[in-house]
Amino acid sequence: MPKDHGIGASPKRREDLRFLTGAGNYTDDINLNGQAYVHFLRSDVAHGKINKVDTSDAEKMPGVLRIFTGADFEGVGGLPCGWQVTDRFGQPMQEPAHPVLAQGKVRHVGDPIAAVVAETPEQARDAAEAIVLDIEELPAVVDMKAALEDGAPKVHDDLTSNLCYDWGFVEENREAVDEAIKNAAHVTTLELVNNRLVANPMEPRVAIGDYNPATDESTLYTTSQNPHVIRLLMGAFVLGIPEHKLRVVAPDVGGGFGSKIFHYAEEAFCTFAAKQLKRPVKWTATRSEAFMTDAHGRDHVTKIELALDADHNFTAIRTETHANMGAYLSTFAPSVPTWLHGTLMAGNYRTPLIYVNVKAVFTNTVPVDAYRGAGRPEATFQLERVIDKAARELGVDPIELRRKNFITEFPYATPVAVEYDTGNYHATMDKLIEIADIAGFPARRAESEKRGKLRGLGINCYIEACGIAPSNLVGQLGARAGLYESATVRVNATGGIVVMTGSHSHGQGHETSFPQVIAEMIGIDESMVEIVHGDTANTPMGMGTYGSRSIAVGGSAMVRATEKIINKAKKIAAHLLEASEADIELKDGQFSVAGTDKSVAWGDVCLAAYVPHNYPLEDIEPGLEETAFYDPANFTYPSGAYACEVEVDPDTGKVTIESFAAADDFGNIINPMIVDGQVHGGIGQGIGQALLENCVYDENGQLLSASYMDYAMPRADDVPFYKVDHSCQTPCTHNPLGVKGCGEAGAIGSPPAVVNAVIDALQSGGYKVDHIDMPVSPARVWAAMHG
Amino acid sequence: MYNFEFVKPKTLEEAVAALSAEEAQVLGGGQTLIPTLKQRLAAPAKLVSLSGIEALQGVRADGGVLTVGAGTTHATVAAEAGAYPALAALAGNIADPAVRNRGTLGGSIANNDPAADYPAAVLASGATVVTIAREIAADDFFQGMFTTALNDGEIITAVKFPIPEAASYQKFEQPASRFALVGVFVAKYADGVRVAVTGASEDGVFRWSEAEAALAANFAPEALEGLAVPAEGMIADLHGSKAYRAHLVGVMTKRAVAAAG
Ligand SMILES: Cc1cc2nc3c(=O)[nH]c(=O)nc-3n(C[C@H](O)[C@H](O)[C@H](O)COP(=O)(O)OP(=O)(O)OC[C@H]3O[C@@H](n4cnc5c(N)ncnc54)[C@H](O)[C@@H]3O)c2cc1C
Repeated sequence: MPKDHGIGASPKRREDLRFLTGAGNYTDDINLNGQAYVHFLRSDVAHGKINKVDTSDAEKMPGVLRIFTGADFEGVGGLPCGWQVTDRFGQPMQEPAHPVLAQGKVRHVGDPIAAVVAETPEQARDAAEAIVLDIEELPAVVDMKAALEDGAPKVHDDLTSNLCYDWGFVEENREAVDEAIKNAAHVTTLELVNNRLVANPMEPRVAIGDYNPATDESTLYTTSQNPHVIRLLMGAFVLGIPEHKLRVVAPDVGGGFGSKIFHYAEEAFCTFAAKQLKRPVKWTATRSEAFMTDAHGRDHVTKIELALDADHNFTAIRTETHANMGAYLSTFAPSVPTWLHGTLMAGNYRTPLIYVNVKAVFTNTVPVDAYRGAGRPEATFQLERVIDKAARELGVDPIELRRKNFITEFPYATPVAVEYDTGNYHATMDKLIEIADIAGFPARRAESEKRGKLRGLGINCYIEACGIAPSNLVGQLGARAGLYESATVRVNATGGIVVMTGSHSHGQGHETSFPQVIAEMIGIDESMVEIVHGDTANTPMGMGTYGSRSIAVGGSAMVRATEKIINKAKKIAAHLLEASEADIELKDGQFSVAGTDKSVAWGDVCLAAYVPHNYPLEDIEPGLEETAFYDPANFTYPSGAYACEVEVDPDTGKVTIESFAAADDFGNIINPMIVDGQVHGGIGQGIGQALLENCVYDENGQLLSASYMDYAMPRADDVPFYKVDHSCQTPCTHNPLGVKGCGEAGAIGSPPAVVNAVIDALQSGGYKVDHIDMPVSPARVWAAMHG
Repeated sequence: MYNFEFVKPKTLEEAVAALSAEEAQVLGGGQTLIPTLKQRLAAPAKLVSLSGIEALQGVRADGGVLTVGAGTTHATVAAEAGAYPALAALAGNIADPAVRNRGTLGGSIANNDPAADYPAAVLASGATVVTIAREIAADDFFQGMFTTALNDGEIITAVKFPIPEAASYQKFEQPASRFALVGVFVAKYADGVRVAVTGASEDGVFRWSEAEAALAANFAPEALEGLAVPAEGMIADLHGSKAYRAHLVGVMTKRAVAAAG
């Protein structure tokens, strides 16, 4: 019987009522008294020297309050980077300045040059058109390998080259890996591109700065996944506002997928300008601005080699990646191709020797940073593609080759620095084989062939490290922040509960799933619990939501705070029941004395805490409110096995997804329906990357895919009905809920399954095609078939 | 968007008068023009909406000819052009419901986007474009990408489609915009077959006369074996090379013939 409340139940998402009825409160819905609007004049060249920005005519335009340029930000901080990578030679990465408005040079199409603040958005835009620019266009660098050549134009003149870092991991293994590859019975090599993506949340970014001269307080309303992080970065590093004078509010947020983690120039600008002008200043991105200013994702060019012995055991992996950083370092950019990527190269397999080399490169393109999965999709894609290719070269079944090399004993310390606590990769594979009806595939293929279509089956396994992350560990790896999470649990006098969490929900359903945990712990109805998030003024310092960390880290903080509440409530109950604290049991919202019929209800205990007439005041304080900070002991390691079936139309090269099955191990599950939804969305995004999405620059650094006319997002009819299962559960061993997190799995696990399936289909038709880069568009498939 | 004046006349005469103003422009369903204005890529001083003019609305079949008012929306054509099923199907597959409920036949062919669907139907049907001033044969109307025979301020009032014996439109969608990467409209008449191709050529919609001749002799997909349009002159972009588009012209033409039966 499925449960109807608490952990494991699937109540409908309570937040959806307001989202679906248009009653959400998004940043753009906020309008403050006296609000002015900013329009950013942005570079239309990828690389140029700013000779002059003449604002004199524009300043006289109607409604203009003030025009800012880079000069106004001299003496103000630049946008900081939150992660420092140390290179193979022990040197810190090259870290360029990132001014709020361009100073001296523009470095990508969309780089802001000037900001016009006016009474209306139209007046701001009109005036921006009247600014006269003298920009000397410089040759742009777009291709990463070309950017590293001697004499290539430099994105940052004060750096020694366009190389941000050359990272080796684990550097000590380098020679042993070379040796193992030299001596291997078989080596499979694959060169591939992990395509650049634009996150495209439904809600574009918005920022409103506000300043109160009476209190000297600044407030920023912004579309962020982590308001405290923005407060810290912007307050401490850019504008010099102490935290007690700066409030950051991220209200309802319409999707982030990583792109709303980072601190952006527009946020700092609006906060800064509001104080200068003593008026609220609002910016709402157009979709075009989203394309050319939201941090992009992926963009790796990789060569991977997999070495096997004569029995097909994996003996070594060597991979070399060029990772695009874009023109500046976005907040967490350096960590993505390194610590979120190199540490995952073992995948689900026992490979004793691994060496990962990553060269991060500056180019005249939009900065690249974390996007759903962040580093882990890039690792999974290359590994699972090369395994598939190896199976084909060796003439063995791709499932059997994977099974042969699966890690089966836990905990398992990989050669790339992480220790998997639990998992059962054979179990998820068994489940996949069942739900995907792998046995029925030959018949389905024959049926497709009758209709003149090529059918392919693609398998993929993935492991990810999420529940990010142990602070001491990430500190050693270069993080300039801790990655704990926080929660304050406030019990009111009549027993209702408000949880103030540092996690942030921008589609994940925390307002529904978090109360389920508390309801389970105390034995009360979920409707008695409310979640508050997204405002630094009323939530404890938290690191926000990304890296599938909310339930694993934020949920654990909430559990810890609730445990403190229960402990205190038991003391109060013991007093009320005149019993010993050790004998008090809590069940179904009743405190009772073990072995007696004496009990007191949750609500009465809460009331006693706030009306402490009969209360042990000498032992405990009145009130019932507790805060906990939780810092995880390890990452969590969700894993799974995915199967995709495609049909390829040999006449046109068009690929259609016929079925998609996912067997995931997320450890314990709080709300199965929400987990299904997260997996569906993730697979949809993965299919988008695999078949449709591609962010393309021309050789001059012009963004060719700058709108939905050319950037293909997956639509409902591009994706099938998914078969999703998460009944294989190996609970996480180190957090109190035994949860692993599910937010990114779908996006990590699906692209290789899709591409493996396409290759399988083409091979079945006699086409000797080993690889097609994503997106596997009709034109690319057709070209590969006729290549 | 820049500021502009907006008028919504009730009659064609009033519309013509309104259009005589400096930098006045016709507004159909606005599905192309309004996004252009929002991007500030056009700045008409005055927009003259045709949506209030009764005479431009409606679909009527009479004597083997389907007449569609230029202001008729794609959704209405999809629902009411039952006498010409291939045309109704084409209209029903343009964009999404929101666009189909606003966008009009007149706006689509006046715009003559090289990837738009309607131009293929108009050309393959040998239709007649009726304007306030004259009647223009389809073969004369389309004059290359975004270019038509229309004079400034010349309003299209209707398109007259001779109803074919058999017809089909096969569209291979560009993955992002879902306009035609290649779309082929085949229409078979008593006196011959017409094949019009959209999406593919740098010169906009065009007739594939070799295919027409072959199909006139034998209206079957096999008749097209060995025929191909040259890759030269085809569009190349992110979504397909010249060679790929030329290849798709052949595939889609065969499919259209097979579907037309
Ligand atoms: C999201 C989206 C997807 C789309 N997908 C497709 C697609 O798949 N296939 C496709 O074919 N089209 C597609 N379109 C375009 C759509 O069909 C438009 O409706 C059409 O191109 C223009 O028609 P309109 O009535 O909206 O014209 P408007 O945008 O109002 O006008 C377009 C031009 O035509 C002129 N004009 C309008 N009416 C007349 C008239 N009666 N006489 C003379 N000139 C006139 C205007 O002055 C203007 O220059 C899409 C549009 C959108 C927004």
